[in-house]
Amino acid sequence: MINKLVLENLKHRWIRTFLSALVIGVQVMSILTLIGLSRGMLHDSAERAKGTGADIFLKPGTQGQFSLASGQLNAKFVNFIAKQPHVVQAVGVLSIPIEVTTTLSGVDIPEFSRLNGGFKYIEGGPPTAPNDLLSDEYWARQHHWHVGQTVTLLNHQWRLCGIIQGGMLSRLVVPLETLQQLTGNANPPRVSEILVKLDNPALTNQEVAYLNHLLKGELQAISIQDFVSQFNINNVPQLRVFIWIVVSLAIVVGFLVVFLSMYTAVIERTREIGILKALGAKPIKILDILVREAFVLAILGAVLGIGLSYVAKVIILNTAPASLPVVNVPDWWPIAAAIAVIGALLGAIFPGLKAARQDAIEALAYE
Amino acid sequence: MNEMRNGASPIIRVRGLRKIFHVGEVDVPALRGVDLDVARGEFLAVVGPSGSGKSTLFHILGGLTPPTEGQVWIDGVELQSLTENQRTELRQRKIGFVFQKYNLLPTLTARDNIAIAQALAGGATPPPGFDELLKMLGIADKLDRRPSALSGGEQQRVAIARALVNQPAILLADEPTGNLDTANSNAVLSILRDLNKQKGQTILMITHNPEAAAFADRIVTMRDGQMHAA
Repeated sequence: MINKLVLENLKHRWIRTFLSALVIGVQVMSILTLIGLSRGMLHDSAERAKGTGADIFLKPGTQGQFSLASGQLNAKFVNFIAKQPHVVQAVGVLSIPIEVTTTLSGVDIPEFSRLNGGFKYIEGGPPTAPNDLLSDEYWARQHHWHVGQTVTLLNHQWRLCGIIQGGMLSRLVVPLETLQQLTGNANPPRVSEILVKLDNPALTNQEVAYLNHLLKGELQAISIQDFVSQFNINNVPQLRVFIWIVVSLAIVVGFLVVFLSMYTAVIERTREIGILKALGAKPIKILDILVREAFVLAILGAVLGIGLSYVAKVIILNTAPASLPVVNVPDWWPIAAAIAVIGALLGAIFPGLKAARQDAIEALAYE
Repeated sequence: MNEMRNGASPIIRVRGLRKIFHVGEVDVPALRGVDLDVARGEFLAVVGPSGSGKSTLFHILGGLTPPTEGQVWIDGVELQSLTENQRTELRQRKIGFVFQKYNLLPTLTARDNIAIAQALAGGATPPPGFDELLKMLGIADKLDRRPSALSGGEQQRVAIARALVNQPAILLADEPTGNLDTANSNAVLSILRDLNKQKGQTILMITHNPEAAAFADRIVTMRDGQMHAA
């Protein structure tokens, strides 16, 4: 019966209920979208790393896994690595950041093709001139690019020669030498990383150990599998901090929304609280009723937030499929709901206590 | 909890009851030594002008507020010795309220308004004969309506049903006809008298209306916080 009272109260003031749930829902959506974006971007990067077909990934030894700094590796290492046992192909890649999450990669296209069979062209074909540029389908769609058009990147005019399937190396690919010259990495030629293909992938761990021993820290070798496994939110401290900030804000907003909603409800329902007290409701029961209302608001908000996160995903993927590859994160639904519930319950405590302490006679006299 | 075990003792016994309200730095005495006995099965009307202290007496008898001084026994239980929670439990079990403004919960139907009183007292199903009571009250076919869809007289009858659902020892009615027209007033007062006569329900009714008071077995008058026999 108490649950019915709670639900009827929420139904009776449905506009306030809806607005409160909506604000909580927006917070839940923010959390889910942020996590979905973080995970989507990392997943996208991981997929593109896997899509290179390489078995081993080499970077300068002093560089962190996710550093976007470029040109720190002398290209002579590419040939040196290529001569090592079990290595069938070593390809140097120069990566230059274009946006926070997007890089322009310079690579020798024929060599790169030997790693993995080459790019899959949706439109156009491989570069035939130094200023030719490849874009993946998502970037091209996001920027409304078409094959043959001239585009400007790094203050340089490029001709879009082909649109490739996503999921391989980078969203934007140009001839290695052009990019080296353009970015001051031509003399001596420098690259950001080296992709290595082995004759037997089963020897990857053994080869990684061998290369790390051989290169004595000048370069760091890591298997692509290990490299990909590090594309995780927990390995990006700045992202973790950002997520905690958003989660904390969600709790604060949930608290404030429910606090205001419940506070006005308590004032508006003063007389009803007096009636319940006269009927024999103890203070703890009054608190219980308001806490249940807050809980239902939070759950409604969470459900609404999950729905909104799908809407946000559709909007984001239609607006910026390349820059913001958001994914669904159902494993975060209970966490986001719990965050909403925590904020709501915290927000219900003070109004609930105020209601519980209300004098029954004064409450009954309230007009 | 000090209980009087004598079955013949009054269901309500009040001795030397005083209540002083503190308004700012001024003490306002609302009750100045009230003595009252109400026998089990009696229908008593307390009449008096505004400010005479009858509502304060109502609130103290209902366990809604403690007295400043004096003793009150309700069905053998001395109120003075009870904590707030114990007074609340006493309200659940022994006292049914009927208010002038009906005080039904607007979001619930008549049926649920009755059920919530029962739920708060820990009950699940209406007591035997409750359907008969609903028919007697003339609301059996209106139970699925919300208060806003009921007339004042119907709301008051729902409030009476709610007050009786836990089979209280005492029904306390505060100006139960204060918001009703003559026809509805008479209907409600007749119902109260029938409840008293047919079911032996003890009723204490506060009213300023002598015509309403005439429905009771006995009338006492309050003036300036003191009680006088009518």
